[in-house]
Amino acid sequence: MKKWVFWLVALAALAAMESSLRGLIGAYNYQIVILVGINIILAVSLNLINGYTGQFSIGHAGFYAVGAYTSASLVFYGGPAIRGATAFLPQIAQNAVLLLAGIFAAAIAAGIAGWAVGIPSLRLRGDYLAIVTLGFGEIIRVLILNIDAIGGSRGFSGIPQLSNFFWVYLVVLITVVTVHNLVNSSYGRAFISIRDDEIAAEAMGVDTTRYKVMSFVISSMFAGIAGSLFGHYTMYLHPNSFLFTTSFYLIIMIVIGGLGSIEGAILGAVLVTVLLEVFREFGAFRLVNFSILLVLIMIYRPQGLLGAWTLFRPRKAAPAAK
Amino acid sequence: METFLQQVINGISQGSAYALIALGYTMVYGVLRLINFAHGDVYMFGAFMGYYLANIPWIESRLGTSAASAVFVMLGAMILSAGLGILIEQFAYRPGRSATRFTLAFWFGVLGAGGGQLVGQTFASVVLGAVVGIAVGAVLEWLGIRPVRQESRLALLIIAIGVSLFLENGGQQAFGADPKFFPQIIPTTSLNIGPLNLDSQRVIVLLVSLALMVVLTVIVQYTKTGKAMRAVSFNLDAAKLMGINTDRIIAFTFALGSALAAAGGILVSLLYPRIDPLMGVMPGLKAFVAAVLGGIGSIPGAMIGGLIIGMAEVMAVGYGQSTYRDAIAFVILVLILLLRPAGIMGKGMIEKV
Amino acid sequence: MGILDVRNCTKRFGGLIAVKALDMCLNQGDLYGLIGPNGAGKTTVFNLITGVYKTDEGSIELDGRTIHRSKPSSIASLGISRTFQNIRLFRSMTVLENVKVARHMRKKQGIVDAIVHTRHLKSEEDEIERDAMQLLKIFNLDARADELAFNLPYGSQRRLEIARALATAPKVLLLDEPAAGMNPQESLELMRLIRSIRDEFHITILLVEHNMKVVMGVCEKIQVIDYGETIALGTPREIQGNPKVIEAYLGGA
Repeated sequence: MKKWVFWLVALAALAAMESSLRGLIGAYNYQIVILVGINIILAVSLNLINGYTGQFSIGHAGFYAVGAYTSASLVFYGGPAIRGATAFLPQIAQNAVLLLAGIFAAAIAAGIAGWAVGIPSLRLRGDYLAIVTLGFGEIIRVLILNIDAIGGSRGFSGIPQLSNFFWVYLVVLITVVTVHNLVNSSYGRAFISIRDDEIAAEAMGVDTTRYKVMSFVISSMFAGIAGSLFGHYTMYLHPNSFLFTTSFYLIIMIVIGGLGSIEGAILGAVLVTVLLEVFREFGAFRLVNFSILLVLIMIYRPQGLLGAWTLFRPRKAAPAAK
Repeated sequence: METFLQQVINGISQGSAYALIALGYTMVYGVLRLINFAHGDVYMFGAFMGYYLANIPWIESRLGTSAASAVFVMLGAMILSAGLGILIEQFAYRPGRSATRFTLAFWFGVLGAGGGQLVGQTFASVVLGAVVGIAVGAVLEWLGIRPVRQESRLALLIIAIGVSLFLENGGQQAFGADPKFFPQIIPTTSLNIGPLNLDSQRVIVLLVSLALMVVLTVIVQYTKTGKAMRAVSFNLDAAKLMGINTDRIIAFTFALGSALAAAGGILVSLLYPRIDPLMGVMPGLKAFVAAVLGGIGSIPGAMIGGLIIGMAEVMAVGYGQSTYRDAIAFVILVLILLLRPAGIMGKGMIEKV
Repeated sequence: MGILDVRNCTKRFGGLIAVKALDMCLNQGDLYGLIGPNGAGKTTVFNLITGVYKTDEGSIELDGRTIHRSKPSSIASLGISRTFQNIRLFRSMTVLENVKVARHMRKKQGIVDAIVHTRHLKSEEDEIERDAMQLLKIFNLDARADELAFNLPYGSQRRLEIARALATAPKVLLLDEPAAGMNPQESLELMRLIRSIRDEFHITILLVEHNMKVVMGVCEKIQVIDYGETIALGTPREIQGNPKVIEAYLGGA
């Protein structure tokens, strides 16, 4: 199939679903579907670092926050100007331009944050890297908490709603295709070689620092885009949405599905998001169940539910023992 | 100048509480190479145990606000938390390492108990739920479901995250999500030393922490078990070959670390009496930062790290922006790791090629 | 001046001097052996040349370019490749992919090409795959190209490591105990293979090996080190008769 045909069909399908979905499944389920989509973007992108490159980051929520707040403030403060410049377009196109501007800014800002965090911290290994990324995520959150122009501890309200099913799942598709293509190219093999054996990878001419930073930046950019979509859907942002527990949940998604597998990340994102919603009425008990489930999966099936199994071609096994 | 000295005292007492938690992190990391994310929640558990013990009517009426009641509450909470630490080790971390039994039964029992509470709201329904859960788990195990031997430390880290989430949410279910107020178990007086005005709580926190650290040092340096702990943390496999029962030493390490965390929980609750099931999250993380800062695996390092973090926070709140308080520990962490990755007292390691 | 020049190199680990003022000079096309008793510092020399460790003193030059301050990946791209004493293959990759990784360095793909999967990328991928398969054929591994490298038998894993190293198109190839764990028959084949690699690829080979039969049979020049210092240098025949060498190996006095 020609690539442009695929994308054309995808766009048409998404547009058709957007126009009918909310009526079909109701506003509440529609919202869950959106959340699932955003979590898929986050999980698949995080998998690039944690699953393929083998670096353990637990600071994804930080980049998610950078994207969300960047996009929201661009649209909130610069929106009127952009609308003015595009006044000749119909409303829906103006919205699209605004959202795309927000997404673009979010990707750039989160990418820069990823680069700034990645360069120094990727010299560290394993647990140290994990705790430093967690620390960076928390620093970002505390910084946001202290910037009054974006709401500080009150939260950022009044963000225009621009994203919807169409946009979220368009980005889901782009994320999945991008990560899939990337891991099946020389870049992906370089990432995996670092995960398998960093010293051997260096000896074979893989500039491990460069590739690690690269996977960090790409992953952060997608997290930023997810943030933009989130803010422009919920119309309100609060630093507490970006606590390190958010990063924990993302880790859980990719681990439950199986590290280093795109399908696994998708499955994990869907399962975790839906399960948490379905059991919402049980209050704290749902999270008790959920955490016990997580512990049991890790004890009885550490390779995740899908493990090394993949739907698409080239299979990549679970990460090597350390 | 007086305020500065006052701040220094505050910093030291805050820091010594962090140090108590950090010690547990560092010891567990020493023997298992695991960031025990659940450790901060053991600290919370300790505070709650203290709360419940102090509120036992018999204790309240007999001992009231006295040294005896303080000692009873403290020791009781430490022992209960040590038990929790051993349970966590036994049913969450050990199954991937050594052959164990009843893992499923345990977790299903917990699930059943939670379900029982949700459905029946009575003690009987909780017990019934637990019994059903244990039976189901035992049958599943009897059918041949066995833990997988763990090859990666990542799985263990995620188990730790899971246990941490479990304790936080289980705490919300068992203790209630609303904050509670820790009773005054020791009398408060003001001590005036020269120009300094110290309240007795802070002095007690400081003295008790120091005493516990001395006790710990004696255990680790001068007892047989302590020697075995050091051997395990130097090389687990070699220690096993030398005939050390490593599982027992690891369990002991968890017990010791958890008891110290519980002590930390109670001491901090004396200063800041508001306790809730999520109270362990931030102090836990900061204590871990303190452990890394001091060089993870190093006991004196954890003490120094805790003091530095506590001092830095108190100074930042006293002389700068208190809203940045939660970020300070992490900023220090990032700087230290970039300048000296092994921490202050840690040893660098050379990877064999 | 040779193709690989190690001058006056010293490496300390804490108080231990692993390599002491070592000189070594390889000429283009040499088949050079580095031997010595256990713990003599042979692998440390390898790690210094490939940049895994940094020298404390002295210099290392490849084809006249200073390399001892570069990182391992740059040294690899300048033309030094190696195998490892304890096999370090990429365990979750197939045999073919292991070789492909090493080939990338000579064939850069653009990131946009990689993400969009352009036709240009496709042709490059094909080229990399062709090169890799060719190498595998030489090492008799082509039939198992799609198996996980991890599942190969031991001897094949060693050969795959050499194939992978050659895929980076090196000027100098460092082999760290390639015959370790091989039976006499396999060692004999390995010796033939090493010689043919040198001749076919026109490269220089530095070999660390414990198996004396292999070293004496395949190397044209041998350097013996003990406690990080050179104790003898010469042809296999000269080395065999050198009393210092015999003493080092048999543990004199």
